[in-house]
Amino acid sequence: MRIAFEKRESVSHTVRVLVPLVSLVFALAFGALLLLFSGANPGVAYAAMARGAFGSSRALAETFVKAIPLMLTGLAVAVAFRMLFWNIGAEGQLAMGGLAATGVALFVSEGLPSWSVLPVAILVGTLAGAVWAAIPAALRAYLGVNEVITTLMMNYVAILLVSHMYHGPWRDPAGYGFPGTARFPETAWLPRLYGRAHFGLLFAVVAAAVLWFVLQRTKLGFELRIVGENPEAARYIGIDIPRLMLVAMLVSGGLAGLAGVCEVTGVMRRLQQGLTVGHGYTAIIVAWLAQLNPWAVLLVGFLLAGLLVGGDQIQMAMGLPAAVGLVLQGALLFPMLGGALFTEYRLRIVRTTPEDVGTPEELGLDEARS
Amino acid sequence: MTAIAERIGARHGTSRTRSITYGILFLVTGLAIILLFARPTAPAQISTFDLTVRADPRLMLVPQIVLPTRLTLYVFAALSALAGVWQLVAGFRRANWALGGVALIFIVAFLTWATRDGSLNVVSLLRTAFLRSVPLALAALSGVLCERSAVINISIEGMMLMGAFVGAIMGSLALNVLGWSFAVSQGFGLLSALGSGALLGLLLAVLSVRFKVDQIIAGTAINILATGVTSFFSARILSQYRFLNNPGIIPPFAIPVLSAIPIIGPVFFDHNLLVYVMMVLLIGIHVMLWYTVWGLRTRSVGEHPRAADTLGIDVFRNRYINVTAGGMVAALGGAFLVLASVGRFDRLMTAGKGFIGLAAMIFGNWTPFGAFGAATIFGFADALQTRLAILRVPIPSQFLLMTPYIVTIIVLAGVVGEANPPAADGQPYEKE
Repeated sequence: MRIAFEKRESVSHTVRVLVPLVSLVFALAFGALLLLFSGANPGVAYAAMARGAFGSSRALAETFVKAIPLMLTGLAVAVAFRMLFWNIGAEGQLAMGGLAATGVALFVSEGLPSWSVLPVAILVGTLAGAVWAAIPAALRAYLGVNEVITTLMMNYVAILLVSHMYHGPWRDPAGYGFPGTARFPETAWLPRLYGRAHFGLLFAVVAAAVLWFVLQRTKLGFELRIVGENPEAARYIGIDIPRLMLVAMLVSGGLAGLAGVCEVTGVMRRLQQGLTVGHGYTAIIVAWLAQLNPWAVLLVGFLLAGLLVGGDQIQMAMGLPAAVGLVLQGALLFPMLGGALFTEYRLRIVRTTPEDVGTPEELGLDEARS
Repeated sequence: MTAIAERIGARHGTSRTRSITYGILFLVTGLAIILLFARPTAPAQISTFDLTVRADPRLMLVPQIVLPTRLTLYVFAALSALAGVWQLVAGFRRANWALGGVALIFIVAFLTWATRDGSLNVVSLLRTAFLRSVPLALAALSGVLCERSAVINISIEGMMLMGAFVGAIMGSLALNVLGWSFAVSQGFGLLSALGSGALLGLLLAVLSVRFKVDQIIAGTAINILATGVTSFFSARILSQYRFLNNPGIIPPFAIPVLSAIPIIGPVFFDHNLLVYVMMVLLIGIHVMLWYTVWGLRTRSVGEHPRAADTLGIDVFRNRYINVTAGGMVAALGGAFLVLASVGRFDRLMTAGKGFIGLAAMIFGNWTPFGAFGAATIFGFADALQTRLAILRVPIPSQFLLMTPYIVTIIVLAGVVGEANPPAADGQPYEKE
């Protein structure tokens, strides 16, 4: 008798929902251990986190502020991952989007009619993100260069470039030497909905809706799915994979760039330190937890933002490190990884009887035949 | 078979355009030296290079090098132009070596120009460069170990951070709480760091080898977890109990005869123990990869796991061992930062060094010595960046810090050099 993993024929809805929930419980338990270890009551701390993140309209607004970049970069990563393009560069694409929007807000805005400043900033920032993503996409599509490394390396190039700009040429001359640009003119401010939560939320929702529609209902979305699920078949039915890769990455980089635009025009209203704080990496987890579903990305982005805001809150209220949110994010993933295994496989106790030695396929005989 | 033929064919196809590109590049370098450096220099200016670090009587024998700046720059420009002409007419047999040589000429020309009317201590610069390259080299060696068995490890950064943290807290605990002797405490901190790296390596291996979770996602998760756990505890424990973040620094130990060699001695052989450990690891991994059964197995698992399996090699076991060992080497890099460089843990202390290590591994073409060479180049860029302000050179430090990343992308794109990753890199192995 032995215990074996068996691939599930079909995944039932209950399992799909149950596994993430069980994973969440595991992650919270891991976090609780950590909190206990540092002498805090986990129940009290979690309650404070929940209140701090979702308990009042002010708290919700802050959670949305953190959620918007996670949602947009999460969508960006999800589009690329759909066709197995490992875009780890959302962080850099976000940075370039923010940088370009800053350029528009600071140096072009005076020459433009005031109503057009914001649309131009959004357009240019989105394009900048798309162009930054197109470089590794083209390298992969036409030269076969591994995108994991190139997107990763380009993050650092972008981050250093941004840092150079606000430390050097774009530094506010009236800023007492403080690193950061001057405040944007009001024409370049992204309007706020309530609290600090800004219009970026609408962009995220619209982007998710459009993506969902494109992925589910159009030929382009169908092709993306085929390439992601079975590249051989995609080639066989004549899909132009390099072109598709470029398109997907332009969209992906554009969304990440838009996240950067929203950060500088909606939250900071200037370019300074704090634009690149790892949203692009958290986005990978958002997209993965959401199983690349656009609507789920919005939900997961919101929940993970809640962890971060809640962490900040218990730091202020209880003196516990804000990193609790980060720990929970990291810990959330491992049970989920294990959980994903159980949605696709199941444990079964197999009785080994003489007539149950296995089919030729199981014994690898067909491999020998072919 | 066809795939291999295609690859060879492709290489022949690109080699001609590449050799022309190289030739033009060399000519442009010569021109750049004239336009950027030689033209703006006055004829009377002089560059002085110091070649000693301390006022050690044995080392005082090494003279200063005093050069007329402008003349020297023209000589350098002529040399690289000559290399360009030779490359275009006859062609170097080892074009990549020629490229390295021209790059070196350009850097020396830059330094000559930057030190006009001043002096630069070359030995001290090289010494700093080498020291800064040690953690990068360890990160790169970790990458070599993992990727040679076809597991992409982008969590080197997280492993380094964890190694640094565990090394700091356990070393301090032994020294300041348990009252152990300095040497024993340092050893304890180091071993604990290695243990933490082994655990994270094992975690990556279990996720990516056993459960076939995508290696990128597993690696990202480990990075985030390591960042979270270390910053949680450093805020909760280290900032309140300072004595738990004070393990001390391993003192330097000059290797007797070797450290007295002029120039080379102070650069390579007058450091603390962990630097020598890195050198030993470098040679050890090189020998083991190419001259032992384990190395042969590892390389075959990385190139063609199915064939390796058919020959009776346990693919999973090999990957488990390599990735766990890789985690330990990465953690050693992190521990180096605390125990041999800074003396305390800071939650931002790795600052992308793990990723630069990954870049060095690629630049070094997945070989230990290549990776080490690349790490020293990147370390040099880092060391130079700190001197620019002193030399009053108007180049923003960020641009020098970018070089490792840009150079790696260029190499990967195949414009210069050649990237030959293990054929099965990044693919989980499905046993039949």
